[in-house]
Amino acid sequence: MDVSVSVLAAGVAATSAPLIFAALGETLTEKAGVINLSLDGAILLSAMTGFVTAKATGSVWPGFAAAAVTGMTVAFVLSGIGIWLGQSQVAVGFALTFLCRDLAYFLGSPYSRTPGPQLLAVPIPVLADLPFIGPILFNHSQIVYASFALIPLLWYFMFNSRQGLILRSVGENPEGCWARGIPPKRTQTIYTALGGALIGLAGAAYSLAVKPGWGRPQGCEGIGWIALALVIFGGWHPLRVALGAYIFGMLQIAGILFQEIFPAIPSQIFQVAPFPLMIFALVIIHLSRNKKDTTGFRIIALLSGTPPMALGKTHEQE
Amino acid sequence: MTLPAPDYCISLFFLFLQVQLFSRNDPFPFTMIELIDIHKYFGDVKALTGVSLQVNPGSIHGIVGENGAGKTTLMKVLTGYIHRTSGSILLNNEEITLHTPMDAIQLGIGMLYQEPLDFLQLSVLDNFMAGNERFSPETMSRILEKLSKRFGFEMQPDTPLHLLTVGERQQLELMRLIHVGTRVLILDEPTTGISDEQQELLFSALRSLRDEGCAIILVSHKLDEVDALCDQVSIMRKGTIVGHQQQPFNRNAILQAMFDTLPQKETAPARHQGNKEILKFTHVCSSNGRSGLDRISVTITQGEVIGLAGLDGSGQTVFLRIAGKLLEPESGTLQRFAAEDNESDSTDSQTVFLPADRLNEGLIPGMSIREHLLLADETPLVIFPETGRQKAKQAIDKFSIIGTPDTAADGLSGGNQQRLLLALIPTQARLILMENPTRGLDVQSGNWTWQHLLDQMPDNGAMIFASPDLEEILDHASRVLVFFDGKILLDSATSDTDFDEISQAITGRIKACS
Repeated sequence: MDVSVSVLAAGVAATSAPLIFAALGETLTEKAGVINLSLDGAILLSAMTGFVTAKATGSVWPGFAAAAVTGMTVAFVLSGIGIWLGQSQVAVGFALTFLCRDLAYFLGSPYSRTPGPQLLAVPIPVLADLPFIGPILFNHSQIVYASFALIPLLWYFMFNSRQGLILRSVGENPEGCWARGIPPKRTQTIYTALGGALIGLAGAAYSLAVKPGWGRPQGCEGIGWIALALVIFGGWHPLRVALGAYIFGMLQIAGILFQEIFPAIPSQIFQVAPFPLMIFALVIIHLSRNKKDTTGFRIIALLSGTPPMALGKTHEQE
Repeated sequence: MTLPAPDYCISLFFLFLQVQLFSRNDPFPFTMIELIDIHKYFGDVKALTGVSLQVNPGSIHGIVGENGAGKTTLMKVLTGYIHRTSGSILLNNEEITLHTPMDAIQLGIGMLYQEPLDFLQLSVLDNFMAGNERFSPETMSRILEKLSKRFGFEMQPDTPLHLLTVGERQQLELMRLIHVGTRVLILDEPTTGISDEQQELLFSALRSLRDEGCAIILVSHKLDEVDALCDQVSIMRKGTIVGHQQQPFNRNAILQAMFDTLPQKETAPARHQGNKEILKFTHVCSSNGRSGLDRISVTITQGEVIGLAGLDGSGQTVFLRIAGKLLEPESGTLQRFAAEDNESDSTDSQTVFLPADRLNEGLIPGMSIREHLLLADETPLVIFPETGRQKAKQAIDKFSIIGTPDTAADGLSGGNQQRLLLALIPTQARLILMENPTRGLDVQSGNWTWQHLLDQMPDNGAMIFASPDLEEILDHASRVLVFFDGKILLDSATSDTDFDEISQAITGRIKACS
């Protein structure tokens, strides 16, 4: 079994990579006080553009670039209507998610089930040969390495830089920022776009690496909603959001594993199990907020976070 | 081609350095600000109609006026937070343009807003740094420490801001404004919701800033603080300036200019004191709020008007909320109304709680006056456009609310929100609990509120209110409870105590009475 532990852990790291991008992209956006509900559709649309561009150019890198631009474009539409025209971000986000999904299936149908380029694992010399951690951490494709790097980078940016402080301030109180000479709308637009680019990269990470290829279904459907839940689960803190993404990846891998161990149980149960478990975890965390007396709850309460105070609110400045 | 001599270069360099240092420390050593004929219209509403004002360096200039006179709007124009419709602003005799608050900050104009515009979930240090040009937590932490020491404020950089009182948040914001080079400092109702001690600290900080040459504008409706602090005062009414005065002020003339008439002070009518218990706390403990409650035992009987005094967060709020059953006591018992009344479960409709945050806790911002009254009453199954309109009109007349039945609660001014809350008190109410009932109200509205409350209070009921204003407690309460750190330090009839004794108890300087 000890061989398979490192294999499984490597699997978790690889399958969670796109989720890390999507969830951290959404964290960046929500920390600035904007809810981007379009991400489930945006992931699918950028998975498609990423795959098609990579196929047309014969290289995966233009594919990733195209996917990031796609995600950013969707984010710009959202911020244009939601931030500058002051409309409901939730309504616009919902409309966008369905629009993007249908657009992806429609525009991508000629490329359905066709072969295309994909990212392969690039073992890092020496490090990959380390016992146990070598295969877990150093035998992946570049996008997985990028997901590892993104977590501390984003954390450092948010909590140890001037721009990160501005980002958090805007999400807390746009009026306060305006009074201090920080333009809240412009800041929100920038971080929604950056978050959108990360969400786009998540799409390409699916179609070019984790679940290579394009089709209907692609296999990344629904992951956007999980990413949204993870942001809440992680209390809007990048490190905890990433932890949540890995736990979700683990549940998915465990589902596959248990399927082999208990063949009598219908496989659908294992496929669906991560979702109710996720909800269950959210409920526990929520309960812990009200009952802080018992030590058990107090530990879980450490995981819970408070949403940015201005989240989803439109703000009018003169 | 010859190069300038090295010593010439060096002296040039030092000159440059001096200019740099000088301009960093003191961009406008003596700043005079002048507003000329400022107009501001919000659509058809004329908020400001031709305001002219001059504020000199090294002085504190008071702006007084009743609620809605346009004081805050004028100040927001001066900070670039909102745009003026017409008029000009001169800084040291030069016309300036203010497109955004950034422009004002760079010119050294800063404002302490009435509701602190800060970031509750960020730390003290983060709040101090937000908007700064450089990010250097260590340096800023040292600067913060230095400034705190200078003004006598106490602040830990790592504390999350939501654990601070309003007064401390204000101190932080004041230090931030000073640090970014503010030379024209505007304060909008700075003493709302802060303790007397914090007020003293604030005032001494302001005096020291004035002596350094800052021009300070103090917007207030409290004449006492204007008297104590200001060198001259301008009185605003209905969007324009109706008078100026130099120290010493003639208070009656100011009041007359503010209201057109002299407000009459209401005195508490003598009340029949029954001995029936309305509310009984027995060893009640709670860990809510900053200090919680520590084994509180107190009995309140019919006809009493209780004033709760104490520093912000010393337990008054928790006491009121437990009395109103908004919080459960963690131990101890609470009995409301005498036993014979308790058989029916109507005690809830006999208790009313009016929170300090009227708009967010007491009213429903998007709902109209008519809808509020419908909700408070027995709400009919179907609501037609005319349902309850007549009643709403009556309430508007009776409570002199400025608004129509369809005005949303967030469209009402602070005073009118309080009137609407009063209109929602059910007639059978016997226990009225209030947090800071005259918060943000001018003298006239405050007097009106008290007159109404004392008129409406039934003989078999009691009223409990918390207020940071000792005068208010001495004027209207029959008995005072002073809270300190979750305990009651003083419990006395207002006729048996005085201002000094209560002030001492507030700061914990007398021994517990029980």
